[in-house]
Amino acid sequence: MIPSTLEYTKASSIDEAVAAVAAGAVPLSGGQSLMPMMRLRLAAPHAIVDLSGIPELVGICEDEDEIAVGAMTIHREVAASQLIREHAGLVADAAGGIGSPQVRNRGTIGGSLGHADPHSDMPATLIAAGASVIAKGPNGERRILVEDLITTYLTTTLEPGEIITQVRIPKSDDHSAYAKFHRRAIDWTVVGVGVCIGDDGVRAAATGVADKPVRLTAFEAVLNGGGSLDDAIAKVAEGIEPHAGLDGSAEYKKHLLGVLARKAHAEASSR
Amino acid sequence: MAVDYTTQATGGIGDAVLRKEDRKFVTGEGRYVDDLKLPGMLHAAFVRSPFGHARITSIDASAALALPGVHAVLTNESLPVETGVLSASNPGGDVRHPEQAILAKEIARYVGEPVAMVIADDRYLARDGADLVHVEYDPLPVVVDAEKALEDGAPLVHAEYDSNLVKTLEHVTDGFDDAMAKAAKVIKLRVDNQRLTPSAMETRGCIGDWQEATGEVTLYTSTQVAHFVRTFVSIVCGTSEAKVRVVTPDVGGGFGAKLNTYREEFAVCAASHAVGHPVKWIEDRTEAGVATIHGRAQVQYYEVGVTDEGKIVALKFDAVQNNGAYNMLLTPSISHLTLFMVPGLYDIQDISIRIRQAFTNTTPTDAYRGAGRPEATHGIERLMDAIADDLGIDAAEVRRRNFIKPEQFPYSSATGLIYDSGSYDANLDAALELSDYAGFEARRAESEAKGKYRGIGLSTYVEVCGLAPSAVTAALGIGAPGWEHSTVRLHPTGKATVITGTSPHGQGHATSWSQITQTELGIPFEDVEVIHGDTAFQPYGLGTYGSRSLAVGGIALYRSLGKVREKARELAAHLLECSIDDLEWTGTAWQVKGSPDRSKTIQELAYAGWTSASLPEGIEPVLEATTFHDPPNFTFPSGTHVCEVEIDPETGRIEILKYTAVDDCGNVINPLIVDGQVHGGIIQGLGQALFEETVYAEDGQMLTPTFVEYLVPSAADVPEMTLSRTTTPSPSNPLGVKGIGEAGTIGASAAIVNAAVDALSGLGVRHIEMPMQPARIWNVIQEAKS
Ligand SMILES: Cc1cc2nc3c(=O)[nH]c(=O)nc-3n(C[C@H](O)[C@H](O)[C@H](O)COP(=O)(O)OP(=O)(O)OC[C@H]3O[C@@H](n4cnc5c(N)ncnc54)[C@H](O)[C@@H]3O)c2cc1C
Repeated sequence: MIPSTLEYTKASSIDEAVAAVAAGAVPLSGGQSLMPMMRLRLAAPHAIVDLSGIPELVGICEDEDEIAVGAMTIHREVAASQLIREHAGLVADAAGGIGSPQVRNRGTIGGSLGHADPHSDMPATLIAAGASVIAKGPNGERRILVEDLITTYLTTTLEPGEIITQVRIPKSDDHSAYAKFHRRAIDWTVVGVGVCIGDDGVRAAATGVADKPVRLTAFEAVLNGGGSLDDAIAKVAEGIEPHAGLDGSAEYKKHLLGVLARKAHAEASSR
Repeated sequence: MAVDYTTQATGGIGDAVLRKEDRKFVTGEGRYVDDLKLPGMLHAAFVRSPFGHARITSIDASAALALPGVHAVLTNESLPVETGVLSASNPGGDVRHPEQAILAKEIARYVGEPVAMVIADDRYLARDGADLVHVEYDPLPVVVDAEKALEDGAPLVHAEYDSNLVKTLEHVTDGFDDAMAKAAKVIKLRVDNQRLTPSAMETRGCIGDWQEATGEVTLYTSTQVAHFVRTFVSIVCGTSEAKVRVVTPDVGGGFGAKLNTYREEFAVCAASHAVGHPVKWIEDRTEAGVATIHGRAQVQYYEVGVTDEGKIVALKFDAVQNNGAYNMLLTPSISHLTLFMVPGLYDIQDISIRIRQAFTNTTPTDAYRGAGRPEATHGIERLMDAIADDLGIDAAEVRRRNFIKPEQFPYSSATGLIYDSGSYDANLDAALELSDYAGFEARRAESEAKGKYRGIGLSTYVEVCGLAPSAVTAALGIGAPGWEHSTVRLHPTGKATVITGTSPHGQGHATSWSQITQTELGIPFEDVEVIHGDTAFQPYGLGTYGSRSLAVGGIALYRSLGKVREKARELAAHLLECSIDDLEWTGTAWQVKGSPDRSKTIQELAYAGWTSASLPEGIEPVLEATTFHDPPNFTFPSGTHVCEVEIDPETGRIEILKYTAVDDCGNVINPLIVDGQVHGGIIQGLGQALFEETVYAEDGQMLTPTFVEYLVPSAADVPEMTLSRTTTPSPSNPLGVKGIGEAGTIGASAAIVNAAVDALSGLGVRHIEMPMQPARIWNVIQEAKS
């Protein structure tokens, strides 16, 4: 990697990190997305602040209603967590299928959300699971639904100076699963669908079909209105217009939405 | 044959010994160009054209020069060079060779063409400086597609010519029209052999070190052809060839992409001259996507005349080759190799070939594993399936009916080659057996029951290797010979140094050459050191490419070993006071026939030759010999590959269930190395069949510059492979060897595509282009169904 000249600091507390970010530094978590961007000089931050020296940002714990996942928790830990497996199986599915073991040992849940790549696996599953993030900035802490966090390509509603400190996943008895399709063993997801089936209805979200992860509202509506799975699949791409790319046409991706929604639904139902 | 890895190998010819060079590689002690640091060394970064075609109206380096640590910004005007990049290829004698300045002069013709060079204290500053060089461009019309480039009115890549035609290669046999007229049926097929990016693990890199006082220059570079580079550096940089030393440290793969002489290699030498320091440049991965040659990029139109029984009576081949913006070292010769292999291993005597080469606003193409031959094989193997499909004959049977038969060797092909040997039926029989071809239909039914499509595909190939008899290279318009050099030197302690003109970059020559030395001279495998890739040690070496190293360089070694053994014999006779006819070779010593107590080991003779206390009349001191071996013919490895796939109609994903390869590379020196070459080759063919394609947008932008867009297969994408061999020794050389470096790649792509087409044949699918990514397959299925 040949990045442009930059200043590097390693924060030892959340406040220190927030101060650095407020001063214009870019947060660095696992580096699995930021480093490739810097390598290509698509990102040329003049300063980065490394979050890997802040113990409070790492780990998974629970309270009455929620699982709290530290932003610096790596994908491998998320995938291996019994707690997450039990209450939000689709999030564990997604984390366990990211890239390769190397990537899962460095990439973090906070970085995945902060990066906001429209092909990323984590955000869609967290949206379907109804998760939120805790963001901390110079003006204190606030809670943002993951669904409201990502607005378009690589863009979030985080305010200048804010970092994600925690992801909070509701504890539920939902049956859930994530199904994705990619071309090569280690490859970005072309399309992925997460489905949660609970007492209060079905929630589903997809990645790879828009400039951000999206709720599959038409699909949900059919199922939650008592319609059949086939009818829901027939409507799954309603209102969605994926971008054509080297990985497939818009039509192909809409078709994959149906295939994967069916697969995720079947898997979730069987759990 | 399956290798028994458990037997204790001794290290002679045919033994499955582990590679002696691997320890340093697997322990991270390999030494590549980027590991080298010279005192006072500066670093270079290139400013590259962001346009596919543009006039350079100004270059403003002031901001870059103002950056502390930047020493110089060089353009073609300020770079001390005498010419541009040279090509050694002129098939037919009238190839258009436009000037390829070391840095673009006035006009840039492809995205990534180097325009300026920044020299700085370190690599980071050099890159910062490159970002600060302000170049004004005036964009010009772009053409990236080779067929469009040859249409009237296409934008001209080189305005000095009236078209983008580089050269038309033609070869038509006398009886062609008559033969085609008599065909019972004519079958047509268009095949697009897509552009690929060779992706060696080590990108290119070089260090130029110019000595002002003497005009001597040392170039460290990651190359397959150190001596070519030396010759060309001396011409381009205007110094004596005797003052240029080219050193090849360890090279992490090349696949033909380093069988070249690149602008950057000349530029670092000239820049070192200009700034008075050694200058290093290491290509980054994304840069490699545009700055290193591409491969393939050939569109083919076949017309084949057949009898009702599927016997080919005439074959017409009309292709367009995308040469890119300039001719590199061998660019015009690559599709010439296609021309030779158009008939494949089939007995086709009436043939009409036209290959039009075109300039386009893209990175130049040149040799990539197989170099022109995979294109020919893929095309004809698709065509054989089209014939089988059309006439309702089994794919294996239609091939069998057209094979050149064992009794026809040596066989004169319609394109002028003399195939030395082969047993194509034997390869096919073995492969059909191993792959349970006969039992396939039951397996197809099993998949069908699961809602999947299963198919089986064959590819039978012959390739031309062992490049090359020098008289032939000259006749083909290649400005370089095809012989190879070796020196064998025995030291006083009985150890041996082998100096070879080949240039291994993953092929394991240190191991194979040691094995040959052990068998032929009795020096133990571990006592042999192999030196290569440094022009200071060698008279001249032609390098490693075209599966030539063993068939040419290995024979040069074999002959030097024989010379040393014979010299040792004269010495032994002198010391044992007998006549040389009284001596017999035991494998490690010369011994008086029938008297084991009267013998001299090769080590004793090496010592005696060095001390020279008593030498026979007319014999010089030291056991050492040199050979320049010019092969009498090419070699012709062949094989059959069988692939079985299953396609998921929901997603279009192809899964390879079974892959079988039977290859005939003649005699085998080391079965492990041969298997490794076949594995790697098949994976590269699989990459082309399933994943890889270098894509340009119409405006000349490269859409696949990183491994996110350009999908090379990963280990997890590779199926289990069943390998086997038949052995038809080459009669063209004393070891009976043929070559195996490219065979896997040449055989693989067609087997995989044929399997996929077979899987979907029930839907009426007749052809699928590569790469067969899921979206393409899904589209093919949708179109077939509608
Ligand atoms: C080879 C490879 C394959 C991959 N495959 C997949 C895949 O299949 N599926 C998938 O989903 N992902 C994949 N990824 C991406 C991977 O999941 C990344 O780990 C993830 O996108 C970013 O996490 P990170 O911790 O590495 O973040 P970083 O790279 O450190 O940061 C990414 C971005 O987020 C910002 N950021 C980091 N932390 C925070 C924070 N706490 N608050 C606010 N902003 C923050 C950074 O400033 C930066 O802009 C792959 C990556 C690689 C290299």
